[in-house]
Amino acid sequence: MGLALLGIIWLITLVSTYFFAAKTWWLPHGASLATAGIDHQFAVTYLLMGIVFVAAQGALGLFVWQYRDRGTASKVTYTHGNTTMEAVWTALTAILFIGLNLMGSPIWAAERFAPAQAGSVPVEVTGMQFAWYFRYPGADGKYGRTDPKLMDPSAGNEAAIGLDTSDPASKDDVVTGTMYVPVNREIDLTERAVDVIHSFFVPQMRFKQDAVPGLIIHMHFTPTEIGEYEIACAELCGLGHYKMHGMLHVVSQEDFDKWLATREAEK
Amino acid sequence: MATSATVHSHAAPQGFIRKYIFSLDHKVIGLQYYFLALVAVFVGMFLSVLMRFHMIWPTAVLPIIGEIKPETYLSLLTMHGTIMVFFVLTTAPQGGFGNYFLPIQIGAPDMAFPVLNMLSFWTTFVAFVVILAAFFVTGGAPLHGWTGYAPLSALTNSGPGEQLGADLWITSIAIFCIASLMGALNFITTTLDLRAKGMTMMRMPLTVWAWFVTAILGLLAFGVLLSAGILLLLDRNLGTSFYIPLVVVNGQVMGHKGGSPLLWQHLFWFFGHPEVYIAILPGMGVASQLLSTFSRKPIFGYKAMVYAIMAIGFLGFMVWGHHMFMSGMSPYTAFAFSLMTMAIGVPSAIKTFNWLGTIHGGRVRFQTPMLFAIGFVSLFVSGGLSGPFLAQPVLDIPLHDTAFVVGHFHLIMGVAAIFGMFAGTYYWFPKMFGRMMNETWGRVHFVITLIGTYCIFMPMHYLGMAGQPRRYSQFTELTYLHHLIPLNEFMTYAAFITVAAQFIFVANLFWSMFKGPKASDNPWEATTLEWTTATPPPHDNFGGHTPVVNHGPYEYSVPGAPRDYVMQTDPPTVASH
Repeated sequence: MGLALLGIIWLITLVSTYFFAAKTWWLPHGASLATAGIDHQFAVTYLLMGIVFVAAQGALGLFVWQYRDRGTASKVTYTHGNTTMEAVWTALTAILFIGLNLMGSPIWAAERFAPAQAGSVPVEVTGMQFAWYFRYPGADGKYGRTDPKLMDPSAGNEAAIGLDTSDPASKDDVVTGTMYVPVNREIDLTERAVDVIHSFFVPQMRFKQDAVPGLIIHMHFTPTEIGEYEIACAELCGLGHYKMHGMLHVVSQEDFDKWLATREAEK
Repeated sequence: MATSATVHSHAAPQGFIRKYIFSLDHKVIGLQYYFLALVAVFVGMFLSVLMRFHMIWPTAVLPIIGEIKPETYLSLLTMHGTIMVFFVLTTAPQGGFGNYFLPIQIGAPDMAFPVLNMLSFWTTFVAFVVILAAFFVTGGAPLHGWTGYAPLSALTNSGPGEQLGADLWITSIAIFCIASLMGALNFITTTLDLRAKGMTMMRMPLTVWAWFVTAILGLLAFGVLLSAGILLLLDRNLGTSFYIPLVVVNGQVMGHKGGSPLLWQHLFWFFGHPEVYIAILPGMGVASQLLSTFSRKPIFGYKAMVYAIMAIGFLGFMVWGHHMFMSGMSPYTAFAFSLMTMAIGVPSAIKTFNWLGTIHGGRVRFQTPMLFAIGFVSLFVSGGLSGPFLAQPVLDIPLHDTAFVVGHFHLIMGVAAIFGMFAGTYYWFPKMFGRMMNETWGRVHFVITLIGTYCIFMPMHYLGMAGQPRRYSQFTELTYLHHLIPLNEFMTYAAFITVAAQFIFVANLFWSMFKGPKASDNPWEATTLEWTTATPPPHDNFGGHTPVVNHGPYEYSVPGAPRDYVMQTDPPTVASH
């Protein structure tokens, strides 16, 4: 049974590690400024934890086989432990875990501590059961007033988020169900939710942030590759959670300006 | 320390009802908890089978059950999580084994408060009936997940199941909290006051340490969840706004204002994270006990193990915010929560090193309880090492709320904890029922379950890395998920096989109860007090006398001793530690 156990534990370890190492399934291709930092931190964590994983499982399998009961041939080492060893592995683990933590901190700080820089592109995201709406403030740079009483999800777009057309600032607001942003510009995101919590998740942007009713959350990210990226909802929001998706179009500045002008004209 | 003889007051009951139904005997109550959890685990497992079925064949129509709709899937998921966490992971290791063996292992005739003990079981039972009732009311069971995030859970019109079903859900949890508080008080008092002569704290088996610290966690955590649950009931039924700001549901402005959805998350996770340790600490205790016993070697670093249990319990209350990195709380707090979470990895790693150190240089016997203890260590390592990913806020950006998280917590608090229970069952079965379980079928059960659970839960990490969000009833809507469907299919088949193997366990359990070979008083040649008494133990545990403890709990292969184990009650001259 000792040999069987060794085989099973080692086999599980080998197969699990193979799929990690071969990157059969891996983080989706990243297309934002944050990708490099996050992916690097992920790879370092993965490598270190992978080494510990293989070492610990390997030792477990080896020990149970090596120290199997062989009758009188087995001689047990009578010991209650070893304080030096305890101190060494406690210190090593602490350095490993705390070190990893400190390493990742600057990336987190860059993502979350500073607001979007001047000159970024403002977009407001509103989550509701089960759709995402995107608002652009127009030439005045100001979002118009919204009123919960005016919200009509069945009418879509402006009406869905309850845009108050009597507010002058709302005149040039554009509301859409698809998100367009220019490439290589920082996006100044304002997140809101009207009913329950949703989470704005764009795997390829390495971006995720809950949208919470009652809170206005400011975030920013910078797409670096032109393309179409799927937006998912990552916080359970009700029966349509699995199909609450949207599309992010990252386009050239020129195409973005054209698209926005067309939308303004359609109003 | 009071002597146990002065506290024992109730005589052995005679009638069937007082003996087996409303019993005051901690052993009967322990078995009641155990069998309640056994029923619950099969309910929870059945729900998970339906979930895995739906994920692969979303439109298939099942006999009797019919088609599983997306909202039904969410109800299954909610009830699976709630039933498993509360009525299995909290109930069996602590209420079941803890109740049965904590008093015996410290040399006490019963729990400190037998009536409270009976009440706490029957309150748990009521909670279980209430949660099952949620399936049968109009609208069905709630769909807000076991975490019940507000406002989804606080509004009655946020989805099907959010009417009476959700009220029953939160009521059941509140009742469960009351039961757990009663249980926790009992465990703590018993451990502190009823230890036999010579049973100093540092001679307690690590199982007792685990149950003791788990009880302290329960005492501090369930009170908070109870309060949070009452506030949720008020929001739902009396128009208060603890968790609900001004919201508009499907065009309708709700009459709430100013509440905080994040308040629920803080209160829930202040309970929820210690709950993880409530589920796993008893398993750690059992693994420690078994690895030492079956390696015929003292536990490596007993004191370090005790301090690690305490450190885990202490730090467990300071890490709840790591569930909320993406929630919109201040990003500055992430540093503190992340640091504390990484810190809690240290005592967990110490335990793993010590388990390996215990096997190293031992003489390992591969009986079924030991197989599951070894499996526990393997799963604990696998589930534990994905923790440092999720503890880093920056890696939570891609991983939070994906299948990666589901894989992580299932391996460590689900499967590892359940391996702890299996190990405990095979180990203590002879003491509880006076017969041995079948070894061959035990091994078959072990091999299929170990490989099967890895096949189900390891791939979840890959799926999460690839961005598959959790709680999605199907993967057809987002095109980037399409290439993950074959892997999901593989997991579903693995789940079917693993679930089927659990019937081997149940058959073995009940067959052995009546037909298994008779067990001796100490079939594993173990050292702790439960193996010094008759099998099964008499009503007062030690047949009228109180044991006197002379040795530590894990004195195996002591040089110069007449046999390879020194029981805790052996005369002091045999050998001492």
